[in-house]
Amino acid sequence: MSFFFEVLIGGLLAGIMYSLVALGFVLIYKASGVLNFAQGAMVYFAALAVVGFMDKGAPLWLALILGFVVMTLFGIATEKFVLRKMVNQPPIALFMATIGLSFFIEGLAPMLFGNDVRPLDIGLVDEPIPAILDAFNIVVSRFDLAAAGIAALLVAVLALFFQYTRVGRALRAVADDHQAALSIGIPLQHIWALVWTVAGFVALVSGMLWGARNGVQFALTFTALKALPVLILGGFTSVPGAIVGGLIIGASEKLAEIYIPPVMQSMFEGNFGGIEGWFPYVMALLFLLVRPEGLFGEKHIDRV
Amino acid sequence: MFKKSRQFAIAVAASAACLAGAFSAPAQAADDQYFMLPDYRVGPYGANGQAFYGGFIDYLTYVNMKGGIDGVPVAWDECETEYNNAKGVECYERLKSKAKNFAAPIHTMSTGISYALVDKTAADKMPLAMMGYGLTMAVDGSVFPYAFPLVTTYQMQASAIIKFLKDKNGGSLAGKKIVFLYHDSAYGKEPIIALEAESRLNKFELVQIPVAHPGNEQGAQWQRIRQEKPDYVIMWGWGVMNMTALKTAQKMGFPRDKMIGSWWAGSEEDVIPAGDAAKGYMSATWNVSGTNVPLIADIEKTVYGAGKGNLSDKSKLGTILYNRGVSAAVLSVEAIRTAQAKYGKGKAMTGEQVRWGLENLNLTDARLKTLGATGLLPEVKTSCDNHEGSGKVKIQQWDGAKWVLVSDWIEGNKALIHPLFQADAKKYAKEKGITPRDCAAEAKKK
Amino acid sequence: MFYRETGQFKTTYAADQQIFPIRQDRIGILLLLAVAFVGIPLFASEYWFTAILVPFLIFALAALGLNILTGYAGQLSLGSAAFMAVGAYAAYNFQVRVEGMPVLVSFLLAGLTSAAVGILFGLPSLRIKGFYLAVATLAAQFFIVWCLTKFPYLSNDSSSGVISVPGVTILGFAFDTPRSNYLLVLSLVLLLALAAKNLVRSSTGRAWMAVRDMDVAAEVIGIRLMHTKLLAFAVSSFYCGVAGALYAFCYLGSVEPDGFSLDMSFKILFMIIVGGVGSILGSFLGAAFILLLPIFLDISLPAVASLLHLPFDNATVSHIQLMVFGALIMFFLVVEPHGLARLWQIAKEKLRLWPFPH
Repeated sequence: MSFFFEVLIGGLLAGIMYSLVALGFVLIYKASGVLNFAQGAMVYFAALAVVGFMDKGAPLWLALILGFVVMTLFGIATEKFVLRKMVNQPPIALFMATIGLSFFIEGLAPMLFGNDVRPLDIGLVDEPIPAILDAFNIVVSRFDLAAAGIAALLVAVLALFFQYTRVGRALRAVADDHQAALSIGIPLQHIWALVWTVAGFVALVSGMLWGARNGVQFALTFTALKALPVLILGGFTSVPGAIVGGLIIGASEKLAEIYIPPVMQSMFEGNFGGIEGWFPYVMALLFLLVRPEGLFGEKHIDRV
Repeated sequence: MFKKSRQFAIAVAASAACLAGAFSAPAQAADDQYFMLPDYRVGPYGANGQAFYGGFIDYLTYVNMKGGIDGVPVAWDECETEYNNAKGVECYERLKSKAKNFAAPIHTMSTGISYALVDKTAADKMPLAMMGYGLTMAVDGSVFPYAFPLVTTYQMQASAIIKFLKDKNGGSLAGKKIVFLYHDSAYGKEPIIALEAESRLNKFELVQIPVAHPGNEQGAQWQRIRQEKPDYVIMWGWGVMNMTALKTAQKMGFPRDKMIGSWWAGSEEDVIPAGDAAKGYMSATWNVSGTNVPLIADIEKTVYGAGKGNLSDKSKLGTILYNRGVSAAVLSVEAIRTAQAKYGKGKAMTGEQVRWGLENLNLTDARLKTLGATGLLPEVKTSCDNHEGSGKVKIQQWDGAKWVLVSDWIEGNKALIHPLFQADAKKYAKEKGITPRDCAAEAKKK
Repeated sequence: MFYRETGQFKTTYAADQQIFPIRQDRIGILLLLAVAFVGIPLFASEYWFTAILVPFLIFALAALGLNILTGYAGQLSLGSAAFMAVGAYAAYNFQVRVEGMPVLVSFLLAGLTSAAVGILFGLPSLRIKGFYLAVATLAAQFFIVWCLTKFPYLSNDSSSGVISVPGVTILGFAFDTPRSNYLLVLSLVLLLALAAKNLVRSSTGRAWMAVRDMDVAAEVIGIRLMHTKLLAFAVSSFYCGVAGALYAFCYLGSVEPDGFSLDMSFKILFMIIVGGVGSILGSFLGAAFILLLPIFLDISLPAVASLLHLPFDNATVSHIQLMVFGALIMFFLVVEPHGLARLWQIAKEKLRLWPFPH
């Protein structure tokens, strides 16, 4: 039984890592209705920027600040050169533009900061916590717990930001209706640049954590694929949805990887592991059949 | 009105430029020995490609600076494949007309692209080299005259690792448990038949655990490993999967000195990002690292001294993948020399002649010594029914800063493994309607 | 002046409903066909056949399939490559397992198999819309590729999951030269494109477009949603499946499941976006653009770099290629979101008035 709990806890903590990436998607979707496929590339870009500055001799804190500056500039540039020109175009065109953007980043980032795989040390060691290991024989990683703490902090900050600041209210207004927000004098363009910057910040945080975990490299862009099922499960527009969705996806994915392949093996011949690639998607899909707008998504009403 | 017409002009210009560019593609080459290099320097495996092809090209430059292959200069063109099969085929077709006369062995460093090129190269009579990757059943040269999985294959490597572990455990693995953790793709699945055969022979228990691509999250797999409590973990990883495995092993408290990786899981690019988590980790390799090999030192002096080096970052020199690129180039050049010895010194060789050279390669330690490559790679001696030529690897261990060799050359169990290739090749020949050559008769004729 | 339909009177319904009602279009198409069937085979080199024309036609077919689903029926899918994989593996299995199976029948059955799988993964579209559906189709993408890797039966027990297809022989004629291979692919693709062109003009096509524009409204006017959406999935997957079979048999010759990756799905999606959503012609233009652009960049950028004596190493050139590709995609979407097909339409309108625009 302790094994079950170990898997469950490991899954929940891994899920938090997915949520972090998913948060960036949610922010941009909320404010502009764009499914920003480049979020994964932004995670890569941010982490690479930090490591690149550290290679040049900057200490971690300075590199973080510089990394954030890079992401801010990037957010502003994206708004100015791409989004602003694509106002009022169908969502699919915007979606495709973000795929183009991700190619752009995948070329730009390694050109600026080098494409070697590099380690990133943020002072957290990924080792089991001895006390829990001795008492329950369950491995709980110190690093994952810290990551969960950071994620909780980030969500709290974002929630407060959205709820209680002027800019946050403007963001919510834009999310509800672009036209209406424009007509009451909210500067749409600034808001978009801002929201891309915030998404860049989220990418920076998740880039730090994923980079410290697996090394800073191109594969960070694949984190987007882990975040998408979280998004559909939690709803594209909900910050708490991203967190809850992440927990559900993480836990069920790990439990499935442990417990489903043996069952399939007894039915067919062969080795059926490695289902993590598709299982979250199929699960999210089945879930959508019951609730088409995701767990916390806004219900969409069609008017003819 | 103006805007629309401007758009139209842009579109027309763009498409015209496209057409013009594609039409003006390949020009005919001179009488140089021509290497086509479908390489990759961007994308998920860009860092690996950079080091490998850097070494490859540096050696070619080195050969040219030393007067070519018996006076025949070497030429080459790169073409970015992004590790993508369709782009690899396009590159091959594009450079093919240039390579038509004097084709040197083609290295793709991608199992997928090699698969796609096996039939095409055979039809075009161009030699395809797959050093430590690719279609392993091509060891049977009677069915695959133009494909060469040189030095060693996944299966022989797996067998050699088992032999290493066996020696470590006093000559027997009976009753031990070994986990095989692999990238869930053609690459990771190749060694399974060899490991299963070894497990029957040596009576150890084999647990197979696949990791879905790209492998950046392995919590569940390692929890299962913790549960299984294996004596060893053999890992067939590639790219991000390797560091993630090392990090997750650390997280789960699995000792890294019980982990042995394949040679694609054993380069600096794989262990440095894992930091301390990689200390003690072992891997197989068919070439050694370090700049203290005389040849590598000489390349650094001659090529980089003259400012003709391919890598902007010299710290890659002497890494596993860089030296592997050099080793691959050494083998190719030696094959061309072998062909020259038969078909005429001082002449560029055709694809067919180079093929003969690859098939009759005899790279002895004495020859390696003259090249300054003693110990860089094992002796290689190929023949019609053995396109592999060696089947030997060394085991190395990461000490936190560099790879330290912990074994001499270990040869896999050829008697066990090679019949597997022949069986596969026979089936392939039947499916494709190929009549195999008669190797025994050819050997007699010579 | 040259492109004007004045004076072309339609006296029968049949004449009014033909595919190309304007005479200039008919002449243009005939010329194009003549070039494709006679001109190109006479002059193109082997490189053009094997590395450009054949993949172009195959991807155009896949893009056509996706365009039916996304452009006409309005269901965004990110799983086209997986349906191609189904087609490739199905054709291989029919060919290897059934003795004496004609290749064309294998292709047809491959398309039908793919259509059946398409219907299965189309079922969620009855409940889910928009991006939710798009992400859900990723389930198809990953699940199908996983299945092909996992069930040894599907790859005829190949230890690595890679299949190597036998050559194409129809009625004793072996299509083994690049030229004959090209002509075979060309004929099949044209046949299917013609069928698609007719299909989207029929009541089925109009039902798809009604669903695309607003499915609730379509339901109100009496279109059976389930039937229409699933049919779109089936037809689209059929096209992708045949494209996949051609991809394996006439292009690469040896394929692995991982080759049909998400990147490939995106590439096909790019083709229809750049070419024009909801346009048969656009599928072809888009496929040409997306396939030729990287090759063009690959050839021209190093040349430009060395011409200007820029201190680029090879890695930098590769990175710039990727950036230019991404930037051009964005540029296109900004400048002409309706794609190349729209540009062609604008050109036609201009030609109609030229040289007296007022």
